Amino acid sequence: MATTMTTLPGPPSGPAPVPRAIAVQPELGDRIFTRGSLATGLLVLAIMAAVGLFLSFEAAQALRTTGASFLTTAEWQPDRGEFGVAAVLTGTIAIALVAVSIALPVSLGSALFIAEVAPERFRSTLVGLVDLMAAVPSVVYGLWGAYLFQGQILGVSRWLATWFSWIPLFEVSGADPTDPLSSETVFTASTFIAGVVVALMVMPIQCSIMREVFSQVPTGEREGAFALGATRWGMIRIVSLPFARGGIIGGTMLGLGRALGETIAVLLIISPRFDINFHILEAGSNSVSSLIALRYSEASGFGLSALMAAGLALFALTLVVNFTASAFVARSRSGASSEA
Amino acid sequence: MTTLLSAPEAARPSERTVLPREHGAPAGGQVRRAIGGVQRQDLLNLCGALLSALCTGLLLFGRLAPISGAVGFVIVTYVLFVAIYALLTWMEDERPAVVDKVMAVLLASATVLSLVALVSVIAFTLWRGREALGNVNLYHDDMSAAGPADPLSKGGISHAILGTLIMISLALVLTVPLGLACAVFLNETRSRAAGIVRSIVDAMTALPSILAGLFIFATWILVLGFERSGLAASIAVSIMMLPIIIRSADVVLRLVPGNLREASAALGAPQWRTVRHVVLPTARSGLATAVILGVARGLGETAPVLLTAGFTSTLNANPLEGPMVSLPLATFEFVRSPQPALVARGFATAAVLMLLVLVLFVVARILGGRPAGRVSGRQAQRLAVRSAKDVERFDAKQLGAT
Repeated sequence: MATTMTTLPGPPSGPAPVPRAIAVQPELGDRIFTRGSLATGLLVLAIMAAVGLFLSFEAAQALRTTGASFLTTAEWQPDRGEFGVAAVLTGTIAIALVAVSIALPVSLGSALFIAEVAPERFRSTLVGLVDLMAAVPSVVYGLWGAYLFQGQILGVSRWLATWFSWIPLFEVSGADPTDPLSSETVFTASTFIAGVVVALMVMPIQCSIMREVFSQVPTGEREGAFALGATRWGMIRIVSLPFARGGIIGGTMLGLGRALGETIAVLLIISPRFDINFHILEAGSNSVSSLIALRYSEASGFGLSALMAAGLALFALTLVVNFTASAFVARSRSGASSEA
Repeated sequence: MTTLLSAPEAARPSERTVLPREHGAPAGGQVRRAIGGVQRQDLLNLCGALLSALCTGLLLFGRLAPISGAVGFVIVTYVLFVAIYALLTWMEDERPAVVDKVMAVLLASATVLSLVALVSVIAFTLWRGREALGNVNLYHDDMSAAGPADPLSKGGISHAILGTLIMISLALVLTVPLGLACAVFLNETRSRAAGIVRSIVDAMTALPSILAGLFIFATWILVLGFERSGLAASIAVSIMMLPIIIRSADVVLRLVPGNLREASAALGAPQWRTVRHVVLPTARSGLATAVILGVARGLGETAPVLLTAGFTSTLNANPLEGPMVSLPLATFEFVRSPQPALVARGFATAAVLMLLVLVLFVVARILGGRPAGRVSGRQAQRLAVRSAKDVERFDAKQLGAT
């Protein structure tokens, strides 16, 4: 076969080929489909935008009268013109932070256990149970917190207040550590107890996102760590945790967003107070959503506008938290798995 | 023949197209090794550590120190247990192995802690509601004739059960068509508006549920002048459920393999037929799960209903007028009263609500949990029957043509 040779095709002679213009003429059904689905999308957009715009519009009335002092006033007496979110917003944030700092280690531990340690055959049962925790209505958690948990945890509150009251966070005014017979009512209805109950609600959300991310860790890197002689925990420390960092941060913040908006469980546990209070063990706390639930019915037109302003402040906060969470998740290596 | 087919199917000289299904291991994918397993020594260490921690804890709490409380005992015993277990493993293992084993115990205990919390929440609600749950009148009576001090054998929560069912059905009628259509819009059309809609929907999942209630309270009830009713509550719940359903349906639709869409387009199907006959059926189980989980969220919501439904103790089957009560709202109102009988009713109401959510959740697990495109045995059978009919139809047509 000496003579056959492949020759490369030379440059084409004649006029250069021009791509055809392809005119797509969708048929009637498709035109209806496209228009219809666009209309639905825009309708949803309109509904959602209407909620946001209406709230801001209504809130504007209250915000105009107070101005910047809305953020610094702790009182809530809209009809006297003295109201602000300083107390309720800090209360909300304090409850949410307590909730997340308790839920984070538990959810991280459970997610790691389910994804890395638990035997294959128990895995789907455990996942189902954790998801079930997310589906239990919040009023049920509230009942549990108010009627069972509160009585059990008071001893721990008292112990913390007795030994750690030198930390400002655990200081309780009105508690006398030297008197063993003192009443425990100074510890009831506190930020701490509400935070623990909210932690129960937040934990499954965080756990399912983290577990999802851990299950995406590349097998090759896992095996590489084992090949280098790592133990299972060593592998988790040097492969899984760094890989999943974005998912862990994102999941935690999504949980935080949920904790900020929780209403009914918090309402069942706390007793409302209107001052800025960082003593988490002390009786009484407040949150924006429980303020709305308590005050909406007796509010005047202006009072309602003030409540909406408070709600809007809370919404702005959860929005920032959620978008930061998505940004974290999207920028990390494990970002592809952030949809929960 | 593609390599995706497994050996027996590939060997059969077949003219039909065979769907590539999962045959054990995923083709070309990597499989994780199972590692671990418990050895006898570990088990003995665990039991020994647990026993000695229990004894020390009992000794400390029962004999030595004037401290008491179940929670304190559990915490102290647990800390002792971890310390003793670490000590026992340290006696025969190297440091990395000790850290590994202790961490495994810590991770497992985080899981156990959350499961204990779950079980305790469910069991406590059932336990406190047991007396009221045992009375049959709870399920078919309302509270119109029963006063706050009446015994549990009088009155019930049928008004709340009916109210919940009506509200959630109305919310379903409002959200499912809109939510699924919007998810289709986000995924199937290459519209420039999709990006904006998606980010707005994402933003609205952050809306605290009480604000949905406040919005309906301020517009529907105060501005438009309608009274508080089941309908108002359903709209409030819908506003809260809609972004949740859209978001999870969006994720499910995104998982439908693109080559199915392209195959359908290559066969000449217009886009709406592709969506109707390929995309939606493929994602059916996932979409059902998305809807059911949205419903479970909506069922348990108290805050928006509190603001919009009003409160009544009589049975009201008309969502358009008159106040209506849902199970979570009834629970909330019952336990706010100081009467022990009413509190017991509250717990029973919560238990009924929880059982409802539980049933929905189990249904969602049975339906869902399968990735897009994978079908159950019976569905596969039905598909086979349908495709056999198609073949018959084609054959008949060909015979007619020749």
